[in-house]
Amino acid sequence: MDISVLQTLASRNLWGAITPEILLGGLALVLLVIELLFPKEHGRIVPVAALVGLVTILGGVLFNAPSAYLNQETFNGLLLHTHGGQVMRVFFLLAAIMVCLIARVSLAKQSLPRVEFYHIVLVVTAAMMLLAQSNHLVLFFVALETVTIGLYILVSYYRTSLTLEAGLKYLVMGALSSSLMLFGIVLLYGVAGNPALPAHTAQSMHYGQLAAFLAANPHNFLASIGIVLVLAGVAFKIGAFPFQIWVPDVYQGAPTPVTAFLAVSSKAVGFTALLALAGTVFASYAWLVAPVLTFFAATTLLFGNFAALTQHNVKRLIGLSGVSHAGFLLLGVAAVSRAPMAVGAIYFYLFAYLLASFAVFGVMAHVAGANDADQELDHYAGLAKDRPFLALVLALGLGSLAGIPPLVGFMGKLFIFIAAFQAGLYGLLAIAVIGVVVSIYYYFGWIKAAFFETWGKSADAPAHPERTPVDFVTGFALSALALAVVVLGFYQGPLGAWLSAR
Amino acid sequence: MSTLPFDPLLAAIFAPLAVALAIACGLPKRFSVKLAYVGFGLPLLLALHVWFYYGTAAQTHGYAFLTSYSTGLDSLGIGLKLGLNGISLPLFVLAGIVGFAAGIYAIQSGAERLKIYLMLLLVMQGGLMGVFASVDIFFFYFFHELALIPTFIMVGIWGGRDRNYAAMKLTIYLTLGAMLSLIGLIALYVKSGAHSFDLIELRRVIAAQPLEVTVQHNIFGLLALGFGILVSLWPLHTWAPLGYGAAPSSAAMLHAGVLKKFGLYGLIQIALPLLPAGLIQWSHPLAWLAVVGNVLVIGFVTIAQRDLKQMVGYSSVMHMGYAFLGIAAGSTLGVGGVVLLMVAHGLSVALMFLLTTSVYHRTHTFALDEMGGLAQKAPVLSALFVAATFAGIGLPGFANFWGELTIFVALWKFSPLITILAVAGVVISAVYGLRAAARVFFGPASPEFTKIAAEHPVSDLRWSERLPALILLAALMFIGFWPKSLSTALDATLSPAPAGQVGAAK
Repeated sequence: MDISVLQTLASRNLWGAITPEILLGGLALVLLVIELLFPKEHGRIVPVAALVGLVTILGGVLFNAPSAYLNQETFNGLLLHTHGGQVMRVFFLLAAIMVCLIARVSLAKQSLPRVEFYHIVLVVTAAMMLLAQSNHLVLFFVALETVTIGLYILVSYYRTSLTLEAGLKYLVMGALSSSLMLFGIVLLYGVAGNPALPAHTAQSMHYGQLAAFLAANPHNFLASIGIVLVLAGVAFKIGAFPFQIWVPDVYQGAPTPVTAFLAVSSKAVGFTALLALAGTVFASYAWLVAPVLTFFAATTLLFGNFAALTQHNVKRLIGLSGVSHAGFLLLGVAAVSRAPMAVGAIYFYLFAYLLASFAVFGVMAHVAGANDADQELDHYAGLAKDRPFLALVLALGLGSLAGIPPLVGFMGKLFIFIAAFQAGLYGLLAIAVIGVVVSIYYYFGWIKAAFFETWGKSADAPAHPERTPVDFVTGFALSALALAVVVLGFYQGPLGAWLSAR
Repeated sequence: MSTLPFDPLLAAIFAPLAVALAIACGLPKRFSVKLAYVGFGLPLLLALHVWFYYGTAAQTHGYAFLTSYSTGLDSLGIGLKLGLNGISLPLFVLAGIVGFAAGIYAIQSGAERLKIYLMLLLVMQGGLMGVFASVDIFFFYFFHELALIPTFIMVGIWGGRDRNYAAMKLTIYLTLGAMLSLIGLIALYVKSGAHSFDLIELRRVIAAQPLEVTVQHNIFGLLALGFGILVSLWPLHTWAPLGYGAAPSSAAMLHAGVLKKFGLYGLIQIALPLLPAGLIQWSHPLAWLAVVGNVLVIGFVTIAQRDLKQMVGYSSVMHMGYAFLGIAAGSTLGVGGVVLLMVAHGLSVALMFLLTTSVYHRTHTFALDEMGGLAQKAPVLSALFVAATFAGIGLPGFANFWGELTIFVALWKFSPLITILAVAGVVISAVYGLRAAARVFFGPASPEFTKIAAEHPVSDLRWSERLPALILLAALMFIGFWPKSLSTALDATLSPAPAGQVGAAK
């Protein structure tokens, strides 16, 4: 047999570039097999298998960093392995680990099949990782739909009326936004393939080709409509105003681990897409993209913060506070074109948001009772006395979300502000400052509920659901998150350098 | 020359933080309290050490004890750089003294959940030492926030009347002030083109290429507004009396005494030398706000107070007016006076809050109308209170006298009219100060007090209360009789600064 055929095949074998994603898909299938093989014990084995697999894959990604395919296009230009893509791979893996940990706590309170939950989380995570590296509108859309459809199922996982309502809302709004985005993509595809126009291309879904076409036609009417529609579709994913209306209801109705998944990973997906599209592909349409982003950032910051002020349900509260975080990140995206450090700042902010958010969601999962949608601020009364560890983690997480030094969230906001200042976005900065001050009020109110009410003179605390004890693994993860929130606040060390490397 | 085998500034910052961490890790209460003495005492000893050796220490770029440590953000020009110049030295020492006094007062206070209380105070103490030792303005801001957060928590948990409302109001006001000044500092960082938060580097870059005049106006305005909120500039002062009224005594001592000086210190150390044109633009509005708002309006409001702790809170707002006046005057003399006044006021207001709480423990009320005749039962307390009142009014022999005197002299050159109004403020502070002392200690005992004294026998100051009070009073009188101990270093740092030229140009 002629060995050179194999050699040629091997040298053109690009599957190695997406090994982590393939392994995740494989792991998801293994979980289903485990259910078949161990019909009785699978409830305990599956989460452990998912976690061990995720940690192993994360270790592998970190061990092989930087990827051998860095700055290369693979699969005929479907994927481009950028530094940012590698960073986001780690991000989504970390997030998936935390979602599985929270799910272990939350799902135990329901009598539901568990395997499918972990299975879908893994598949969705793989799609997110592909999306972060996509270099082609087709792959972008397919990966995004995989994520969204997976989340439709996850959102309505609990089958209570509120959860189903949330699922339906998310489905309707998601379908609307997907169709908007698809229409935008089709418009772009059609315009860029028009032989009458300069620099037209047959490969008009490819980011590089599309960017070249847009640069040659900087004021095409159809292309600008397409761009606005694509941006609107992405704005739905990140919960930017005016596409945020689904956020409070869906966040409240969805199971807590799914809320966390939506708040962190799904939002981060939107921002990776936005960075790739608004930052590079649509760069020559800055005259259009910049005002749109500025509008998104300003209204999202104001809406998120002011709407969160009046919330008593913590899931709605964290949902709307997440909208305000999207506003801060949009401020960074708006600065990207004129301040190169904004890209590193956005990655840093995302990591800071991941650490703090999962700390808070981890505590929420322990405080919640059997009715997952019913998590009120009042339920936190006395937490500092009953569960000082959870109260401490909660305070650190919320403090970091509020951007209080010396916690990591403050550094994230600082970097975004510096970038915004360098880009000259003074008006947006003023709005961001108002946002920070307003946000202090509702984060502080939550901390107050957990701490101050406890030791007040009025001892009659309102009734709250039974609090779940913290087991070793979750306790370890929560401590690690809390420690990272504190330490990264004053020593960014290699993380800062790694995130800001281009 | 200092002969310590370690960096005294870094040790002064991290000793209290390390003790706080040790307590947080579950040290038993008995050891926690002993270790807390170390946590509060070490910064004081180190502060005194650097004060003593400052004159002979090697100076680099006008800073003594200069060291820098990387925190991984060198590419952004952020690094932990510590050092002391003539402006920061007095405040570093102030932080050491007031921190120790507040610390030992807290240890003996028998507060509920004492361990958490001490832990928060220690974090605050570490932050305070860091604020004045930082040469890097990012860390200057960072340490300020580190010290500020425990204040909110302490007001919220151990506060008195209206503590929830007070904690919330304090948090929102001070966050707004801090955010505005942060934007101002970022503006300085970006607009100077230095790409460094290091003050020495910023000075060098701006000396070579001063900022445009409009940019200077805008940044100075931002900083003055942000820092102004933090220093309770009228009409943005409303958080201060409310917050201090509700705060537990040690937190009020540290905040009113030391942390509040952050804003003034920032204006003097950062805004004046880097933005001289900004000062010229803003000095008149600032001076009028300070003299009409802080000194006169708040002065009369203070007279009208019927609650002793509120009165002390308002009086501290009023005295900040003098500090703003000195900054507005802009000359070396005026700014030097502000630094002296900051130290003096820090010591005296901390003493006042301490003694006010001691009075409360005996009368069980802050209402001035329900007191009287405490001097017969607590002569030492009343002697100390009267001395603190005299210091607050600014009588010679106390450090406040030198601060106010130099500010008035400098202010005369700036605007005689404003000076006359400001001097009228001294009369106002004499009225409320002496009247309060008379109400509390002298005259016949009120029926309410007689009743309370019958239920709870009134004793004089215990030693655990006397010691911190005496330390504060001794420091006030030491500087009062020997202002040169601070002013030599201050003069050396301020004289070549552009602030002097601004005054001369007027």
